[in-house]
Amino acid sequence: MFGYVVRRLLAAIPIALGVSMVCFALVYLAPGDPVQTLLPPDADAETVERLKRLYGLDRPLPIQYLEWLWRVMQGDFGKSIATGRPVLDEILRSLGNTVLLATLSVLIAFSVAFILGTIAGRRTGTWLDRIVTGIAVLGVSIPNYWLGIVLVIIFSVELMVLPASGMAGDTFDPTSWEHIQHVVLPVFTLSMIPVGIIARTTRSAVAEVMNQEFVVTLRANGLPEWRVLRHALKNALPPVLAVMGLQFGTLMGGSILVETVFSWPGSGFMLSKAILNRDVPVLQGTILVLAMIFVTVNLTVDLFQSSLDPRIRRG
Amino acid sequence: MTEPLAEVSNLSVDFVTRESSVRAVNDVNFTMLPGEVMCMLGESGSGKSVTMRALMRLLPPKRSVISGGIRIAGQDVQAMDATALRRMRGSTVSMIFQEPMTAFDPVVRVGDQIAEVVSVHRGVSHAAGRQRALDLFELVRIPSAQRRLDAYPHELSGGLRQRAMIALALSCEPKLLLADEPTTALDATVQIQVLILLRRLQQEMGMSVIFVTHDLGVAAEIADRVAVMYAGRVVETGPVRDLMRRPLHPYTAGLLASTVHDQPRDQDLETIPGTPPDMRHLPPGCAFAPRCPRAGTDCITTVPPPVTPAPGRIVRCLRVEAELV
Repeated sequence: MFGYVVRRLLAAIPIALGVSMVCFALVYLAPGDPVQTLLPPDADAETVERLKRLYGLDRPLPIQYLEWLWRVMQGDFGKSIATGRPVLDEILRSLGNTVLLATLSVLIAFSVAFILGTIAGRRTGTWLDRIVTGIAVLGVSIPNYWLGIVLVIIFSVELMVLPASGMAGDTFDPTSWEHIQHVVLPVFTLSMIPVGIIARTTRSAVAEVMNQEFVVTLRANGLPEWRVLRHALKNALPPVLAVMGLQFGTLMGGSILVETVFSWPGSGFMLSKAILNRDVPVLQGTILVLAMIFVTVNLTVDLFQSSLDPRIRRG
Repeated sequence: MTEPLAEVSNLSVDFVTRESSVRAVNDVNFTMLPGEVMCMLGESGSGKSVTMRALMRLLPPKRSVISGGIRIAGQDVQAMDATALRRMRGSTVSMIFQEPMTAFDPVVRVGDQIAEVVSVHRGVSHAAGRQRALDLFELVRIPSAQRRLDAYPHELSGGLRQRAMIALALSCEPKLLLADEPTTALDATVQIQVLILLRRLQQEMGMSVIFVTHDLGVAAEIADRVAVMYAGRVVETGPVRDLMRRPLHPYTAGLLASTVHDQPRDQDLETIPGTPPDMRHLPPGCAFAPRCPRAGTDCITTVPPPVTPAPGRIVRCLRVEAELV
């Protein structure tokens, strides 16, 4: 097991480096020039040159990359071109808000979907299975920004029981009732797609395991049905965890549309602003941090999977 | 006369789908005395495994219909509720499966799987179950038993896995052991070891064993009595020696003639012509009639009733009656 952990950690390093290069390069592949955005259209060539030198944009790309990487490793992501504030501060604040939404959404989605999927997977072909499959299809197919708007109309405009937007403060305070109320609608909206995907994955994983020969052996040995199910779920869990990790990563990117609908100051909201402003340092920093989180989450899922299924460790 | 341990009377099993229904086991009767070893012999699809699974009611309840009587250790298996069924499975009756790789939960250590069964049936702690598992591993001669308890199924060789499977089946000292082709998936040398082990354990523990196989050699080695199945019916049953020496049913005779043992060299083996029947479209009379060298017109129309030409022997063949009586 220890050897497997070390192998996986070492394998993550080149992935992280590759991701950082892609992040850095992506911004230069996109059309538009940050300096042009900052300056008035009639700025003279000398001013443009000065600004470029100021941000280090006049040097060769590989040098820029290495310098950027060196600074990033020390925690210095530079200053936002739009606001002039340190990028790290902006990332941490908005990312914290997104982590809150993503974590809650995935946890809720997992709890609901795992139960639904298990019920359906044990009774494939019954009406229960059809209902669960229906819920799963709905969850995946309803556009979540549309669902967000509908929920706002129902609960904020008509019933007036939940707030429509914002988060009532700069940082989340779990003891504040008002803060909790602000979380409800965005979390519900964001959890719909993961519910659908996780429920479907669980359903097929459980159905497959329940058809395996060892389930007959467990019954032939007189184990009560809940123990049989416990064995089956332990076998079905690894693929479900993998999907859950991917969903968490996707939500971490922050749904730009959903965060916009709820004016939620998260990373998606910030990314969309940074793109509009051609705010290169913010873009690079945010994408890099998000990618690292994605890599870390997947690594965690891998390690968790291998602790559940010993056969993975040999691979 | 001793009380029979298991009595199966007029057992039939139908597999039902929305379109059709197939009778996989047809009017099977047998009794097992305590300590008796019976071999169920037959080709693939003749209903041997289905009969075994029906005895423990392991067939999927929605897709199968079991009719007839099954009594094991004085209890009516057909009438059991879920709790009684659970208590019987794994303790009074247990089963060894053909493929030990797929029969174990792949993500749980084998020692813990045995310990779980022991603790469920005996109400002891998991640690006590592990201790029992260790004793069992030594009983079935698994080398470095202590270490192997912590092995996952994929870490054991085929032979060791089957030994662990036997340990699991014996964990609660069953009165009746159902061994469903336990050696078929193993290498020839390992097959013999496992067979010798099973025979020794049967003698030491005095349990009854129903041994399903398609290997006549295995049957001769281990059984007191043989039941030959063809197309869902027991076509012949009798003491192993009598049956081997003088098979009465043409199918049994054909099986014996097609084995490698005691045959003259440099001669092609005799085979039974034709193929086993399609269970969905059985012939109206004797199912073996289309392949039978002695079949007459009556065989094609009449299902042969069971006859007892000699004490302890029962045959379902119209030709036998005419010869022996």
